[in-house]
Amino acid sequence: MLRVDVTKQLGEFSLEAKFESQGRVTGLFGASGAGKTSLISMIAGLLRPDRGVIALDGETLDDTSKGIHVPPHRRRIGYVFQDARLFPHLNVRQNLDYGRRMNGVAAEPAQFTRITDLLDIGHLLDRRPGKLSGGERQRVALGRALLSKPRLLLLDEPLGSLDESRKEEILPYLVRLRDEGIPMVYVSHDAAELRQLATQIVMLRRGRVTALGGVKVLT
Amino acid sequence: MFEISPAEWTAILLSLRVAVIATLVATPFGIALAWLLARREFWGKSVVDALVHLPLVLPPVVTGYLLLLTFGRRGLVGAWLADNLGIVFAFRWTGAALACGVMSFPLLVRPIRLSIEAIDRRLEQASSTLGAAPWQVFATVTLPLALPGVLAGMVLGFAKAIGEFGATITFVSNIPGETQTISSAIYSLIQTPDGDTAAARLVLISIVIAMGALIASEWFARRATKRLHGN
Repeated sequence: MLRVDVTKQLGEFSLEAKFESQGRVTGLFGASGAGKTSLISMIAGLLRPDRGVIALDGETLDDTSKGIHVPPHRRRIGYVFQDARLFPHLNVRQNLDYGRRMNGVAAEPAQFTRITDLLDIGHLLDRRPGKLSGGERQRVALGRALLSKPRLLLLDEPLGSLDESRKEEILPYLVRLRDEGIPMVYVSHDAAELRQLATQIVMLRRGRVTALGGVKVLT
Repeated sequence: MFEISPAEWTAILLSLRVAVIATLVATPFGIALAWLLARREFWGKSVVDALVHLPLVLPPVVTGYLLLLTFGRRGLVGAWLADNLGIVFAFRWTGAALACGVMSFPLLVRPIRLSIEAIDRRLEQASSTLGAAPWQVFATVTLPLALPGVLAGMVLGFAKAIGEFGATITFVSNIPGETQTISSAIYSLIQTPDGDTAAARLVLISIVIAMGALIASEWFARRATKRLHGN
């Protein structure tokens, strides 16, 4: 379970969000500039709230009143960025292995193969990110986050930088992931996308939560 | 014309040794400082930045004299180092290396700092969400991506170190076989009657070394751009 109750002032923009999510896929819905990315950056620990609490499965990740801030590398929260952010100096295999190496975990070839099969990236392993298409890059970014064994996966408009046909290419993989049972927070401004994926919706408008509930709040 | 005398060889090898040691010792400090200046905000940052660049704008003789006051036998730091660690800089080749290291430091730091500033910080964020502690982020993302800049800085620093004259001669004088580098050898030769040919040889050699260093530095800079684009 994810519990968020935070405020953050970013220049002129003020973000004040409070919600609890039991859902397997929490859809964070809102127009651009609604504060979606700032909100999940706080969940990831990349941005510190001015005030408030973030807790995941009973563990406090941020609590400003107690001075608690767990740094991102100790949160075990995966983050798939809109722009993939693959490491340009590493090939695909090294990118995928990165999280495992940083956490000092032994290699698990079976798990590695399972994820690369799931995302159809097995044939790309020796390539550099510069030689990948946008859709391939996004799939590798997904695989990289998954292989770091997160307890929560944050996806920030993972289809945002792709054209329609590429979106159609990635969406089935995301549905497969959802059915794997990894809890996710999925950020999007596309209601159709969220209807396909989300089990619960948090609607955000100008830095405030305006609606909470099932997928039907999108209509 | 092209017969290099043993005395000249001594000066050339000493210059190379002094410049290599100066560069190797200065590089870790240069990386640390470049990272601080590129990535951290702290009180007195502009003063630190100015201090790093000071040897570039001060007359070299002033830098040399300050080194002599500080690291000379009776200098504050020099006396302590000699008494406690047995390290002596005054009138030794190690002093020449120290002078060259200080003089070339701004040139070493600058390319490293620029290459760290050019790295997309969002890659470092991605690294931390994958479980990398700050030192791991530095070791596996920041440093590898900045490596071409580090090498370019080292080459540039080396080229400056090998040509250094003013601070070195002020600090450790011009002792053949101990502190006489190519530059100070040339200086001595052109004050000697009939020294012109030998001086010309050394001049040619220093031009070759400097050109080689600049070309290498340029090559590393190109590699850096390529690397950052992931090809």
